[in-house]
Amino acid sequence: MNASTEVPVIDQSLLYPSPLKEFWQAFAHNKGAVAGLLFMLLVVFCALFAPWVAPYNPSEQFRDFLLTPPAWLEGGQAQFLLGTDELGRDLLSRLIHGARLSLMIGLASVLMSLIPGILLGLTAGFFPRLLGPSIMRLMDVMLALPSLLLAVAIVAILGPGLINTVIAIAIVSLPAYVRLTRAAVMGELHRDYVTASRLAGAGLLRLMFVTVLPNCMAPLIVQATLSFSSAILDAAALGFLGLGVQPPTPEWGTMLASARDYIERAWWVVSLPGLTILLSVLAINLMGDGLRDALDPKLKNAV
Amino acid sequence: MNDRVARMQSGTAPHESPRIASGLHAGAHPVNLLDIKNLSVRFGDASAVPVVDGLDLHVDKGEVLAIVGESGSGKSVTMMALMGLIEAPGRVSADSLQFDGTDMLRLKGKQRRHIVGKDLAMVFQDPMTSLNPSFTVGFQIEEVLREHLGLKGKAARQRALELLEKVEIPAAASRLDAYPHQLSGGMSQRVAIAMAIAGEPKLLIADEPTTALDVTIQAQIMDLLLNLQREQNMGLVLITHDLAVVAETAQRVCVMYAGQAVEVGSVPELFDAPAHPYTEALLKAIPEHSLGAKRLATLPGIVPGRYDRPQGCLLSPRCPYAQPRCSEQRPTLDPHPRGAVRCFFPLNLNAEVAR
Amino acid sequence: MLSFIARRLGLLIPTFFGVTLLTFALIRLIPGDPVEVMMGERRVDPQMHAEAMERLGLNKPLYAQYLDYIGDLAQGDLGESLRTRTSVWSEFLTLFPATLELSLAALLFAGTLGLTAGVIAALKRGSLFDHGVMGIALTGYSMPIFWWGLLLIMFFSVNLGWTPVSGRIDLLYDIPPVTGFMLIDSLLSDEEGAFVDALQHLILPAVVLGTIPLAVIARMTRSAMLEVLREDYVRTARAKGLSPARVVFVHGLRNALIPVLTVFGLQVGALLAGAVLTETIFSWPGIGKWLIESIGARDYPVVQNGILLIACLVILVNFVVDILYGLANPRIRHQR
Repeated sequence: MNASTEVPVIDQSLLYPSPLKEFWQAFAHNKGAVAGLLFMLLVVFCALFAPWVAPYNPSEQFRDFLLTPPAWLEGGQAQFLLGTDELGRDLLSRLIHGARLSLMIGLASVLMSLIPGILLGLTAGFFPRLLGPSIMRLMDVMLALPSLLLAVAIVAILGPGLINTVIAIAIVSLPAYVRLTRAAVMGELHRDYVTASRLAGAGLLRLMFVTVLPNCMAPLIVQATLSFSSAILDAAALGFLGLGVQPPTPEWGTMLASARDYIERAWWVVSLPGLTILLSVLAINLMGDGLRDALDPKLKNAV
Repeated sequence: MNDRVARMQSGTAPHESPRIASGLHAGAHPVNLLDIKNLSVRFGDASAVPVVDGLDLHVDKGEVLAIVGESGSGKSVTMMALMGLIEAPGRVSADSLQFDGTDMLRLKGKQRRHIVGKDLAMVFQDPMTSLNPSFTVGFQIEEVLREHLGLKGKAARQRALELLEKVEIPAAASRLDAYPHQLSGGMSQRVAIAMAIAGEPKLLIADEPTTALDVTIQAQIMDLLLNLQREQNMGLVLITHDLAVVAETAQRVCVMYAGQAVEVGSVPELFDAPAHPYTEALLKAIPEHSLGAKRLATLPGIVPGRYDRPQGCLLSPRCPYAQPRCSEQRPTLDPHPRGAVRCFFPLNLNAEVAR
Repeated sequence: MLSFIARRLGLLIPTFFGVTLLTFALIRLIPGDPVEVMMGERRVDPQMHAEAMERLGLNKPLYAQYLDYIGDLAQGDLGESLRTRTSVWSEFLTLFPATLELSLAALLFAGTLGLTAGVIAALKRGSLFDHGVMGIALTGYSMPIFWWGLLLIMFFSVNLGWTPVSGRIDLLYDIPPVTGFMLIDSLLSDEEGAFVDALQHLILPAVVLGTIPLAVIARMTRSAMLEVLREDYVRTARAKGLSPARVVFVHGLRNALIPVLTVFGLQVGALLAGAVLTETIFSWPGIGKWLIESIGARDYPVVQNGILLIACLVILVNFVVDILYGLANPRIRHQR
C-alpha cells in the first residue's frame, strides 16, 4: 500500500504538465466557464457562417407576416422559428446576422484598445518619472467620465455609425489596459530576472517586449475578455439610444430600440434580442471568470 | 484503555521543577482543571486522516504544561478544538473535554461563550494579525470586559488601563486610543495578552506566543506570561517548539508527533532521560546539544501527511531504532514510572535520572 | 485627518483641468465647420457665419479659446442652451434632483440587498444559497439594463398594471418643486395619494438602475467577507467568546466594508451612465435624458458643459468616497 501510494506522487513531480494542459485542466474544472465557452462557440459559428446558417436574408421583408409570433405560439409559422418583426423580417435571421456585428465590434474595439493600451502602459511603467505621470493623469481624466457617457460624447462628436461605435468603445476601454499594464510592469521591473537581463545587455525594446511583457499577460488577457463583453453591452446600448449602428442593419441594440413601440403587442421582438445580448455577455463573463481563476489566481477577488 | 492511562498519569503527580517557585502547586490529588480524553480532530468525513488522533491530556490548576512538536503535529489544532474554534469541514470528537468541571463538548452557543474568553482564554502566534486593525486597543480590551464582566463606560476604561499597566505597556493611558498598526509586534502581543487575561482566566493557552517576535522581545514576553501565571495562579498551556523555553518554564511536557502524544513526562526528567526516540531527536536538534559536533543533529524525513501515513508506528520511517514490528503495529501510549510513552522499545526507562 | 483631506483635494485639481481640456476639445473635434454643424444647415450667410464665429470666440487661437473657456467657467458661466435659450447651469439645477433621487433610491436598493446577500453567501459558502446568489449576481452583472427595463415594464406595467410606465408622477398631480425630490415634495404638498404615486413611479427605474451595482456589491461583499473571515483577528474575536453576530458584523463586516466602499464609489460613475439609459426608458426627466436629447438636437453647449458637470460630479463623489475610505480605515488615515 505504501509503495502504491508513493509511486504516483513521484511521477507527478517528474512529469511537468505542459502549461497549456495545466491551464485547460484548471479552466475545465469550472463548469460555468465551459458552458460559456460552448455557447460562445455556437455564437461564433453562427457569426462566421451567417449567410448559410440564417434561413433568410436579414433585411428581406415578408409583408404578409408582420409581427408573426414564434413558431411554438398560437398564430406562429413554422417558417419563422422565432417570429418576425414589425416589417415582417425573420427575427432568427436578424439575430444570427447581428451576432456577426456584435462580435466584430467586440473584437475590433478590444484590439484597438489593447494594443495602444499596452504600449502606453509599458511606456508609463518604464519611464515612471518623465512620461508615466502625464499618461496616468490623462487616464484619470478619462476615468472621471463614466464609460458609456464618454462613448456617448464621442459618438455625439463623430456622429453615429458602426466605425464610430468601435472607436468610441475602444477609447473608453483604453484606461483599464494602461493601468493594468503599468501596474504589472511596475511589479515586474524590480524582479531579479529583469535586472539579470539588463546586465546581460538587453536593449530597452527587448526588455519591454521580450523580457517583461510576457509576464504581464495574464491580467491583460482576463481584462480583454471582460472588456469584450462590455463592448458588446456598450455597443448595444449605443444602438438602443440611436447613437450606434443605424437601422436597418441588424444590430441587437438597434433591433431593441425599434421594437420598443411594440412592447404591448409583440413581446418577442423585445425579449429575444435582449435575451441574446444577455446570454452572450453572460457566456463571455463566465469564460472570463474561468480564465481569471486559471490564469491569475491573484485576481480572484477583483470584480 | 486510554482512559486508564490518563488516570494513571494524574496519579503519578507532576514533579515540581526546582527551577520554578510555584508554591501553590498541587497536593497528592490535584483537581484537574482541564481533562481531555480521546480527542480527535478531522478535516473532512470520518474516513479522513485525523489531524489530532486520540489525544489524552490534562492540566492542573496553576500548572504550566508545554506541548511541543514540529509544525503540523497538531499542537495548535488541539487547543483550537478546546476553544471551539474548529470550523467546518473540521470535526471534533472526544470522550470528554472537561474544563473546570464542565464538559465543553456538550455546551452550546451562549453557555460555551460564557466560558470561552473568560475562564478559558488564548493568545495567538502572530500579534500583528491577531488584533483587529479597525478598532483601538482600548475598544478591543473593553469588549471582553463588557461581554464577560459586565463592565461599561468609565469602569471598563479604567480596568482596561489597569490591564495595559499589568502587561507592562509604557504610557498605558495614551495607548488605549492607539490602533494596532501603530504598535510594534511586542507591544501588540502585550495587548493580546491583556485581552486574554481581562476575564481573569483559569486557564490560559499561549500558542507559540513569541515565535513571530524579535529575539530580544521573546524573553520579555515569556517572563510576562509566567509572572501573570504565578500571580493569578492560572493554568498555562504553552504551545511551542522551543525546547529551551520549555526547560525553563514548564512543569510537564507533552510531546506530539503527527497528531498523537508520543511522550508525556515532567521537567526536567523528560529532558534528562527521554523515553521516546522522537523526544530524543528533538533534544539532539537543539544547537547547544551539538556543540563540538560537525553537524547539527537532525531527524531525516518529514511528518507523514495525508497519503503517506505509515501502517505501524507513525515515526517508524524516520526512527533510527525502528524494528520490523514498528512498521506493522501501532504502539499505544503506555504509562511508566516517570510519565507515559508511545513506543515498543522505549529508551532510558531503567536509567537513573541523574540529579 | 485634515491633512489627509488636503492631500486628496490637491490631487483633484489636475484632474479637473484635464476634464475641462477634454470637454473643450470635444467641441473642436467635430468634423466640419462648427457653425454649420451647430446651426444644422449648410451654406450659412457669410456675415452671419463670421458673427457666429466671433460670438463663439472660434476665430481666436486655440490657447486663447481655452483661456476664455476657463474664464467663463470661473465666473460660473456655462453657456446657454441653443434650444431653450436658458442657461445650462439652471437647466442642470432643475433636472439634477430627479437624477439624484433616482440614483439614491437605486443605491439604497443595491446597497442593502447586495450587502445582505453578499454576507449571507459568504457565511454559507458553497451552499445552494451561495451558488444561487452568485449566479444571479453574474447574470445581473451581464444584464443589458435597457432591455431589463423594457422587460420589467412589459411585466409589471403592461401585464399586471401595477406600476406606471413613465415619468416621476401622474399628471393629475401638480406638485410645486421645493426640494426637487419628488418623494419629499409630494409629502409636502397637500395632494392626497401623491406620495404613493411618486413611490410607484420610482420603484421600477430604481430597480433597473440598481441592478448592476447590486450585482457588483454582492460579489464584492462576498469575496471581501470570505477574505476577512479567514483573518486571525476574527479568530481572536471568537476566542474572546463574542456572539457570532458580533464576530461577523462588528469584527468581520467592518473590515470587509473597506474594499466594498471602494467599489461602491466606482459604481457611482457607472450609475450615472446607467441613468442615461434608465431615464431614456422611463422618460425620467433627469440629466441623462437631457444629455441624450441635447445630443439628438445638436445642442452643443449643453452637451459640452453637461458632460463637464457630470464629470465633476463623479470626481466629487469619488473624493467623498476617498474620505469615507480614510475614515473607515485607520491605516490610511494615519499615513503621512
